[in-house]
Amino acid sequence: MTAVTEETTTTGERPGGLQAAERTAFETIRHGLRLSPEFRVGLAGTVCLAVLATLGKVIVPIAVQQVIDRGLGGGVPDVPFIRNATALCAVAVLLTALCGYLMNVRLYRSTESGLATLRGKGFRHVHDLSVLTQNTERRGALVSRVTSDVDQISTFMQWGGLLVIVSLGQLIVATVLMAVYSWQLTLLVWVCFLPLVIALPRFQRLVARAYIRVRERTGDVLAGVSESVVGSAVIRAYGSEDRTSARIGAAVDEQRKAQTRAQQIIGFTFPITELVAAVAVAGVVVAGVALGVSGSITPGRLIAFLFLITLFISPLQTATEVLNEAQNAIAGWRRILGVLDTPADVADPENGATLPRGPISVEFENVGFAYPGGAPVLHDVAVEIGPRTRLAIVGETGSGKTTFAKLLTRLMDPTSGRVLVDGVDLRNVRFSSLRERIVMVPQDGFLFDSSLADNIRFGRPSATLDDVRLAVTELGLSDWVEGLPAGLDTQVGQRGESLSAGERQLVALARAYLADPDLLLLDEATSAVDPATEVRLARALDGVTRGRTAVSIAHRLSTAQAADEVLVFEHGRIVQRGPHAVLVEEPGVYADLYASWTSATHSS
Amino acid sequence: MPSNDSPARPNRSVMARGLRVIGTAIRAEPRIFTGAVLASAVYGIMTVGSSWALGRATDDVVLPAFRDGRFHTGALVGAALLIVGVAVLKAAGVMGRRILAGVMQYRMQARSRRAVTRQYLRLPLAWHHRHPTGQLLSNANSDVEAAWAPLAPLPMAVGVIVMLVTAAGAILLIDPVLAVVGFLIFPAIAVLNLIYQRKLSPLAMRAQQLRAEVSEVAHESFDGALVVKTLGREDAEARRFQARADQLRDANVAVGRVRGLFDPLLEALPTIGVLAVLLVGAMRLEAGDVVAGDLIQVAYLFTLLAFPVRALGWVLAELPRSVVGWTRVQDVLDATGSMEYGTAGLAGDSPAGVRADGVTYGYLPDASVLTDVNFAVEPGRTVAVVGPTGSGKSTLTLLLGRLIDPDDGAVRIDGTDVREVARGGVSDAVALVLQQTFLFDDTVRGNITLGWDIPDETVWAALRLAQADGFVSALPSGLDTRVGERGTSLSGGQRQRIALARAVVRKPRLLILDDATSSVDPQVEKRILHGLREGAAGSTVIVVAYRMATIALADEVVYLEHGRVTDQGPHELLLARCEGYRALVTAYEREEAERAALDTDEEIVA
Repeated sequence: MTAVTEETTTTGERPGGLQAAERTAFETIRHGLRLSPEFRVGLAGTVCLAVLATLGKVIVPIAVQQVIDRGLGGGVPDVPFIRNATALCAVAVLLTALCGYLMNVRLYRSTESGLATLRGKGFRHVHDLSVLTQNTERRGALVSRVTSDVDQISTFMQWGGLLVIVSLGQLIVATVLMAVYSWQLTLLVWVCFLPLVIALPRFQRLVARAYIRVRERTGDVLAGVSESVVGSAVIRAYGSEDRTSARIGAAVDEQRKAQTRAQQIIGFTFPITELVAAVAVAGVVVAGVALGVSGSITPGRLIAFLFLITLFISPLQTATEVLNEAQNAIAGWRRILGVLDTPADVADPENGATLPRGPISVEFENVGFAYPGGAPVLHDVAVEIGPRTRLAIVGETGSGKTTFAKLLTRLMDPTSGRVLVDGVDLRNVRFSSLRERIVMVPQDGFLFDSSLADNIRFGRPSATLDDVRLAVTELGLSDWVEGLPAGLDTQVGQRGESLSAGERQLVALARAYLADPDLLLLDEATSAVDPATEVRLARALDGVTRGRTAVSIAHRLSTAQAADEVLVFEHGRIVQRGPHAVLVEEPGVYADLYASWTSATHSS
Repeated sequence: MPSNDSPARPNRSVMARGLRVIGTAIRAEPRIFTGAVLASAVYGIMTVGSSWALGRATDDVVLPAFRDGRFHTGALVGAALLIVGVAVLKAAGVMGRRILAGVMQYRMQARSRRAVTRQYLRLPLAWHHRHPTGQLLSNANSDVEAAWAPLAPLPMAVGVIVMLVTAAGAILLIDPVLAVVGFLIFPAIAVLNLIYQRKLSPLAMRAQQLRAEVSEVAHESFDGALVVKTLGREDAEARRFQARADQLRDANVAVGRVRGLFDPLLEALPTIGVLAVLLVGAMRLEAGDVVAGDLIQVAYLFTLLAFPVRALGWVLAELPRSVVGWTRVQDVLDATGSMEYGTAGLAGDSPAGVRADGVTYGYLPDASVLTDVNFAVEPGRTVAVVGPTGSGKSTLTLLLGRLIDPDDGAVRIDGTDVREVARGGVSDAVALVLQQTFLFDDTVRGNITLGWDIPDETVWAALRLAQADGFVSALPSGLDTRVGERGTSLSGGQRQRIALARAVVRKPRLLILDDATSSVDPQVEKRILHGLREGAAGSTVIVVAYRMATIALADEVVYLEHGRVTDQGPHELLLARCEGYRALVTAYEREEAERAALDTDEEIVA
């Protein structure tokens, strides 16, 4: 999209960009989970199945071992016992597998539903953000926030979350059992693991940072790819394929480095559990022998204790693994929360007014505007636009015309003063009502990859094909449509690129025209259309704008000549206003503009 | 919805194709892979080693100490060191495998991403028109990721194959009959895997396709955010996106169902094997064919098998998705239609001569946009291309700049067919300013030089000519100011002027301007045009224009209607003899005259 910002507002850092609230990892997870209530649906049942599946995994080897010890323990094998036991075991194995299957399906269903909701919320909020905020972010990077960033969460949700619960349970059971055998040795084991427990959060922070970098670099890669695709024509025209390729290559390399770095941190931290465990086992051997010699523990208990340690370690290892995966998920959550946390500063008011349709009047009450962190670009604009007037706005580039248009359509809110529609502050008008009454046609007629008819219908989906045809006819565009390969069914391609820029503007105009607002604002909406067509369009719009208010921003002063009143902007102020015939007689900005326009367009 | 135009691939087994993908990675990174496998083998051996160390410590130190009621400090410390030492090796194995597997996986991803994006840059514009940006993003992102996903568990699986082979060999030596019974799990695993790959592949394909579609909708919708906002269509867009996201959800759940069954079954199989061995073993024991000790050993060896089987399962489970991702990436890499280049050059500094000889072009097979277009531009002349909206002017500029090739006929620069010119030759000699301005997310300087080594004075001179020096010097960091994605921080007119500077800074032999000043004020445009006339002495200029002032600059006019040249010649001549041309360029004047007449009428009536 090209929102025409008349003034440079952004440099290296981007004021008004996306802003995530500061949150700890735990809060991020909690907040993330809250955003997708589906995660919790049927969680109790899933946890039960998980416990059963885990129990099964533990019980089966024990049962097998029992069979071996008891069935084969004597000189003669107890074949009937073995037969029964193996049959029982087989049933248990299958039941465990069944539990595992059911658990997996439930998990997939709840997490995928939750993620779909999260995607939807993120997507919706991107559209709720103000134009200014949207423009601070690159489209490719925004796309990554509702696609791959969300994907990152799924792995953790599909196995990590439950494993944490199961591991915790296993840890507690192991500790209790160990304490039953020897409280001294249990204490020793815990002392060995204590530094790890303390150090773990620090490692996690490192991992978290590494993963956030990965997500950011991934966003960069997508933005780079998106740029190379959208700008493919320019890149080819200037033979800068190699340069673009190098730029993307650099982004890809940065992404790879970030990924490798994250993996290195995990690779270093993960085996530490292994080492600590070995130290604990060695410690237990030494201390156990000392205790045994003094008679406080029997050899059987010591050996049993040594086996219990492995039961204690494996959940810890799992937990480290899960925590690492959690960091990945948290990085994804942070990115999508970065969207959701950013306030929609130009928001749909709660209990906003719904204005009745009909002739519309607009008033600017001492309106001023400055971009965030920038100098004021509009000063003290006071103007009334009565019902059924045709207003033209002229002025040099950067004089504040487009800012005026954005305030009138509430793409932005004024920094001072008010904009009133039928006496109601725009900020108190419901969006649905506002967008129905005031429609702007921007210069760049962005079209969706669909048919011509669908694009024209975009502003009023309920319109029938006949309505579309009528609109096209009324605008005098039937001949043009007839000339297209498939008429109204012609596919316009991505961003409408199968059509020329002028044709796209025709469609954008028809689209707004069919939406039938009470105020139609044209921002250079016919800049790429040929003069003859433009004059024809102007007449057609004239004929039908008799009932509605029309505001046009144009370099082509033919529009101003036809308007009831002309507003002349200079340096963010209205310096002249009045009908063309009057203004053109006064020495001033308008007379100069008109003179240069006439010399540019006239044959003599 | 844009179809996935991958040709239906020969229906070879997913497994074989998956292994080929893995093979590609191993061939690309043999050393890293070997390192990772060795590290994994160290891990495997040390896993066995750690229980051996503990056993040694128990038998040699712990039990004697209990028996004797005293202990040797040296032996005890030795045992402790042994345990820790084995663990250090094991940890090193884990570390090495993880890091190296990561290095391999990410290197392969980076390779594919680069290959894919290079291909995007190589493929012609026509291909780009057929493929949504969101889908291309998905190819470079999630498809690449899916393709190389099996590389993470791969070294583990290969490393522990040693364990598998050792255990299997030992079992065979002990009792071939029991081995055969136990080994029945391998065909069972193979069958299970076959069913899994068959069932999962189409589902994974669909999920990956939907992933791309979700990305497509998001990209398009965010791209058109302004239109969505101004027409109040946020809810409808959210519904459109949610519908795709929900389809993706359902597809992922469908994948989950199959995978969720495969994983537990694969884990259960080795246990079932152990049970079968026990049952048969007990009967053989009863018959006296084996001894109890052997049976117990075989059973334990089978439990050892469980781990490598599971590790193998991780790789197998990823294969279908990997093959899908790989296929989608490969479809991009295999796409043909790149432009062919010759060897001719367009060297020189003098203005170029241009000719269109019977040029015909259509975006769609049956609908030509340009038909049999003929004209010639002498070196150093300025020609205006004029025609109604949709008459094919922009297409003509694309052909002249060789962004696309004609279906029929030829474009010749200095008599050389542009298709014969070496790669980069045309873009070095010709500068085309497109109607749709595009700026890179880069500095002002970067956007003008595009990486060429151009001194700042020259850049400023170009900016002056484009009437952009004023606002650029007022930018916070001047030439070093970043313009934001597609130049969003600048106005339309400012962007056009930077694009113009980008063209003139190259001192092209042929300058093509496609309505390149439409967003610029008339006064500023006038200054630009004056500058061009004086400054572009070294260029032939072709300019698409509507405004009289621009046309007046031209030595000659080519008038297009419905993709055909209906007239050409000096402006005055065309004005006199070509009705369509006259109607077009004098539209404003006539409008004005009519309005004046109307006003007079009203005054008379009043």
